[in-house]
Amino acid sequence: MRTRTRTIRAAAGLLAAGLVLGACGGGSDSDDSESSGGDAPEASGGELLIWVGDGPGGDATTALADAFGEENGVDVTVEVLPGSELQANFVTAAQAGDAPDVVMGAHDWIGNLVQNGTIDPIQIPETVSSTLQPLALEAVTFDGQTYGMPFTMNNIVLIRNTDLAPDAPATVEEMVAAGKKAVQEGAQAPLAWPVSNTGNPYFINPLYTSGGGYMFGQTDDGSFDPTDLGVGTPGSVEAYEKIGELGEKGQGVLKRSVNTDNAIGLFTEGKTPFLIEGPWQLTTIDASDINYEVSEVPGFEGMDPASPFITVDAAYVASGSANKTLAQEFVTNYWSRADVGAQLFEATKNVPANVDTLSQIEGDNPAVAAVAAAGAANGQIMPSIPEMAAVWDPLGKAEAAVIGGADPESTIQSAAKAIEAAINE
Amino acid sequence: MAGSTTSPPGRKASRFGLGADGTSSPLMLMIKIIGLAFITAVALWAALPLFRADNWLGLAVVAAVTGLAFYVYLSPRTVPMKYLLPGTLFLIAFQVVPVLYTVSTAFTNFGDGHRGTKEQAITAIEGASVKQVPDSTIYTLTLATDGDAATGDIVFLLSDPAAQESFVGTAEGLEPLEEGTFESPTPGGKITAADDYTVLTVPEVNARQDDITAFSVPTDDGAIKSQGLSAAFEGAPQQSYDEECDCITDATTGNVWEADAEEGSFVSQDGSQRNLAQGWKVNVGFDNFVRVFTNDTIRESFLRILVWNFAFAIGTVVITFGLGLLVALALNNPLMRGRTLYRSFIILPYAMPSIAMYLVWREMFNKDFGLINRILGTDINWFGSTASSMFAILLIQLWLGYNYMFLVITGALQSISSDLVEAAGVDGAKPFYAFRTITFPLLLVALAPLLITSFAFNFNNFTAIFLTSAGAPFPPDNPSAGSTDILITYTYRLAFGGSGADYGFAAAISVLIFLIVATVSIVSFRRTQALEEIN
Repeated sequence: MRTRTRTIRAAAGLLAAGLVLGACGGGSDSDDSESSGGDAPEASGGELLIWVGDGPGGDATTALADAFGEENGVDVTVEVLPGSELQANFVTAAQAGDAPDVVMGAHDWIGNLVQNGTIDPIQIPETVSSTLQPLALEAVTFDGQTYGMPFTMNNIVLIRNTDLAPDAPATVEEMVAAGKKAVQEGAQAPLAWPVSNTGNPYFINPLYTSGGGYMFGQTDDGSFDPTDLGVGTPGSVEAYEKIGELGEKGQGVLKRSVNTDNAIGLFTEGKTPFLIEGPWQLTTIDASDINYEVSEVPGFEGMDPASPFITVDAAYVASGSANKTLAQEFVTNYWSRADVGAQLFEATKNVPANVDTLSQIEGDNPAVAAVAAAGAANGQIMPSIPEMAAVWDPLGKAEAAVIGGADPESTIQSAAKAIEAAINE
Repeated sequence: MAGSTTSPPGRKASRFGLGADGTSSPLMLMIKIIGLAFITAVALWAALPLFRADNWLGLAVVAAVTGLAFYVYLSPRTVPMKYLLPGTLFLIAFQVVPVLYTVSTAFTNFGDGHRGTKEQAITAIEGASVKQVPDSTIYTLTLATDGDAATGDIVFLLSDPAAQESFVGTAEGLEPLEEGTFESPTPGGKITAADDYTVLTVPEVNARQDDITAFSVPTDDGAIKSQGLSAAFEGAPQQSYDEECDCITDATTGNVWEADAEEGSFVSQDGSQRNLAQGWKVNVGFDNFVRVFTNDTIRESFLRILVWNFAFAIGTVVITFGLGLLVALALNNPLMRGRTLYRSFIILPYAMPSIAMYLVWREMFNKDFGLINRILGTDINWFGSTASSMFAILLIQLWLGYNYMFLVITGALQSISSDLVEAAGVDGAKPFYAFRTITFPLLLVALAPLLITSFAFNFNNFTAIFLTSAGAPFPPDNPSAGSTDILITYTYRLAFGGSGADYGFAAAISVLIFLIVATVSIVSFRRTQALEEIN
């Protein structure tokens, strides 16, 4: 898609060059207007450029954006970019003054996008904000400002093979017992919880919070406070002591050999009764013959509730947009509509941020309803402050080490030291 | 243009022109015309955006390069340059400029939060702090103009849905709209037409975008700004820049942040607040380099990582070369049957994308589900201990790399005259002795530069580590330096693992790694010159 734009630009540039030559040294003012015309075709008076990450959501966005263009008599172009590079590409493009008008991305980008001055706050009218799930609205709020229009949200859940484990476990202890029983009856692993050799704090967060850990403290207005780091606190150490007990030197149910690549296969091949994953895997599981049910990720018996991270996808208005009115209109009034949300749901199967859409689809999609309920019950917004980027890697390494049998206390303290060093640099 | 280096006698050689250097064949002239036309087209294509961005330096460079190209290809006197110019330009564009850019970035704080200018940072801070005035109305907006849609002044036709009142907002302020001069479906609803104003259609709105963005209706507490096509709110920036004190003041809390030109940030005056997130790019001198040498974790782990980095790069070269040599020698023996088939099979892995292969290998080394443990009947956590992780990485490198070595060695072997080896045999040398004293040294002469580049490549082979062990295992007391990290993966984590990317620091590290690799390569090339004396 990008290359295509480049080619078009190049062609426009050459065309403009031809015009200059043809004009044989005409006034430079007219040349200038010719070339800017090449950049923004005047076809029907307006153009809106939207960047979205690839995947099912990207294709659905293209169709929905076309409908917006027809409703308003403007040209809308959607460029689908690799999701893993979208944020970096957007920041680079914005810096070069070449940004799209609207970009779609996860809510935890907001901190970085704001510190680079690339997105504008938006004012969501009461009529719209009242249709959004409160947690979704909280996720796009940063430093007291709303920065995006949330449209889908996700959290990890416990997906259970009902043939191997008929009842939803209320605690981790119950789950481990049921898992071990299934192994005795022929399953290969008691549960599939992605850890990997370098750890995965996103997936372990329910256990981490249940044990008493947190990432960053929150101020009174709900903003995350980067000076209050939860890693290294007694609660975090206690949580990792509990996690370590489930690890390779303890119960042996959490293993570094399980990662996001192979966990899903273990479950769809019926080799394990429990899978900790997100709703994005539901389509894959539906394609297998496994009978399953979705429930909350359980916490430790008698300890804090297990909170999965909630991530929200939102649409943002770029600061450098040349069509800001239209971009704001698209983001605040069109992208928030329940019927738009329903079509996005059809493509992505992610939990809609719009409550009307959610109640519309809940009946036919019990699994998605269960994901939404699990998120609403104990979910925790994933911090969107830029400092969060400094947490993932060291905490993940610590998680892998503890699950491999290392001492929780010293390991977590070392991780805390590394995180603080990275934040303060 | 080749073969046309001398002017035919009897012709003036000093004139410029397409045929000035003696090019006379129509085909050659055509190629030359097309080539120069292409250069012109590219130059114009590059010049227009530069012209629009007022980038005069860039424009001067384009003009100079184009002028140089025309001079070289139209002049009869610059024959060697005709051959050297394209390569030289590409060398400058793709080697010299990036290196210089990296070096210059190393002396700045360029990175997330410090990308643009101070002015951009101020705009971003003020823009991000615009908040709705407490208890103010959110109006239903209709965008219109006073007069012609294309040229008239922008006005906001505003309705207050709660109070069921309508207003017109101009650059002077807010005035009530007289009853009966406008139409709306419901009282206080969106105005669809007004006697004195032209309501804009969506394409017209887009055509006037810049004016609408700049437009606001002043009020006592702030200004009414549009939000999309049908809403407007009364907002006021909470944080504003004051040129006098070169600082940002928050209207609500009274906090003050002063500009710190050395840090490129607005720093809290009394130290009670954090720096504002939006900073700007400044020169930081040798700070990034100082950070490399004073960082505790870098100091503690640097030597260990450097040793493994060398072991990894040299080890990869030695084992791939060794296996490649053995296979090449075996398949070079004319007595061997089905050599072409074997050769094709050996080259096959080389044709597959290495990124995918690294991931496949990583899964094969998985402790519980991997193929390798299953075949061997072992239960080794390959990436769980330093020795096994290193072994696994080198094995993967061997599989991915020996085929390339096999290819080039096969080529080199065929260029070594068999007479030499036969002569040695006649003189009574045993085959291995002949290989050791004749074939192998000759091979080394031919392949030494290749081995050095292979070393330089593997010294910075980011994917080989990042996609397999990702540095694992990590000592529990140091999550930032893994046992199989090489410098580039380790420093990647430092430069990009904080609160966003830190390109200045990353560039400083790149410069240091460049110095290491350059030193090793230069020393090695000197040594190979000694080797060549065998010839």
